[in-house]
Amino acid sequence: MADSFNFELVSPERLLLSAQVTEVVIPATEGEMTVMANHAPTMTTVKPGVVTVKTADGKTERFAVFGGFADILPTGCTLLAESAVHVDELDRTVLENRIDEARAELEGAIDEKKTRVEQFIAELTRLGEIVIPA
Amino acid sequence: MPSLKDLKNRIASVKATQKITKAMKMVAAAKLRRAQEAAEAARPYSQRMAAVLANIAQAVGADDSAPALMTGTGKDDTHLLVVCTAERGLCGGFNSQIARFARDHVRKLLAQGKTVKIICVGKKGFDILRREFASLIIDRVDLREVKKIGFENADRIGHKVIELFERGEFDVCTLFYSEFKSVISQIPTAQQLIPASAGPVAAESDSASAIYEYEPDAGAILTDLIPRNISVQIFRALLENVAGEMGAKMSAMDNATRNAGEMINKLTLNYNRQRQAQITKELIEIISGAEAL
Repeated sequence: MADSFNFELVSPERLLLSAQVTEVVIPATEGEMTVMANHAPTMTTVKPGVVTVKTADGKTERFAVFGGFADILPTGCTLLAESAVHVDELDRTVLENRIDEARAELEGAIDEKKTRVEQFIAELTRLGEIVIPA
Repeated sequence: MPSLKDLKNRIASVKATQKITKAMKMVAAAKLRRAQEAAEAARPYSQRMAAVLANIAQAVGADDSAPALMTGTGKDDTHLLVVCTAERGLCGGFNSQIARFARDHVRKLLAQGKTVKIICVGKKGFDILRREFASLIIDRVDLREVKKIGFENADRIGHKVIELFERGEFDVCTLFYSEFKSVISQIPTAQQLIPASAGPVAAESDSASAIYEYEPDAGAILTDLIPRNISVQIFRALLENVAGEMGAKMSAMDNATRNAGEMINKLTLNYNRQRQAQITKELIEIISGAEAL
């Protein structure tokens, strides 16, 4: 049995999860990363994607996050998500609304911002494909 | 001297008003509880955010790479004030307290020869500030349609502020809101948003001493983090405001209910006295009529 550590998933509206976990997969901007106990202190930004949490009692939970960042310490990990929902509670319309919003933003965007928003849309679309089977 | 009928009507009308204020008080109490819960639920996020921010700020230090949102433009000629008030009245001095606080601040800045721009969040603050500073108000945000304030409302205001900053429209941004101390006391507060005031960094020596690895790098994270932090601060202010508004409304309505009760007592006493006087008068008339026969 691997060591467990404390993981907290926080969105501005509430604390979604605070539990002892053995393993967390975070969709970091530089690629997915798995955090286990005694990880080196790391701070990373998070892109829209799915966070998979393996709790100490063996259960697996999945959350969809829309950007944010993670603060990883050997003793614990905090994920500050811009917005996060449990995968079971996520439905297609919510996601589509978000994509539409981002598209609207794309209209007026230029240069660097345009690329950023385009990337954001692509990530959202992919998230939709993973989470909700068409 | 009002007639019996007038008194009766007045008692009925005061009673109706009392019923309304009582209902409003109970609604405010229920909403207050929800607002308090929301404010409490949002607290971990802003706390962590502050800790992380302090951490990175320390790592980046006074480096030139620190984004302008943090260091400011180096001037303080133009001030942007974001004044958050409630959308509805009937909550005692809540709105005017914030507005007065902001107004004093504006006057002070104007006296120093600075340029002032105002963004009003909430209708009531706009109504009050418009009287004196109509030309200074550049924008207003309407949250009347919003039932429950979500992060996206705050985020939108945050984006607006950052956009203005990037266009060089102002140098210093201050947020005005009411801090929720308790149901009976809300304290108008000013908080500087841009340049971000570095929090108490030294306090957290244990986590600050950890040497972090940054992905992609500290500067990039900071650029991502600070705009988000602004939205979080605004969000927190809005939540505190809602809780404060409901608290103020509750005590205001409680007072109103009590006043109405007192008034009813007085009026009823008066009514009874007059009724008795009339009965006595009628009796005297009958008796003296009978004696005359």
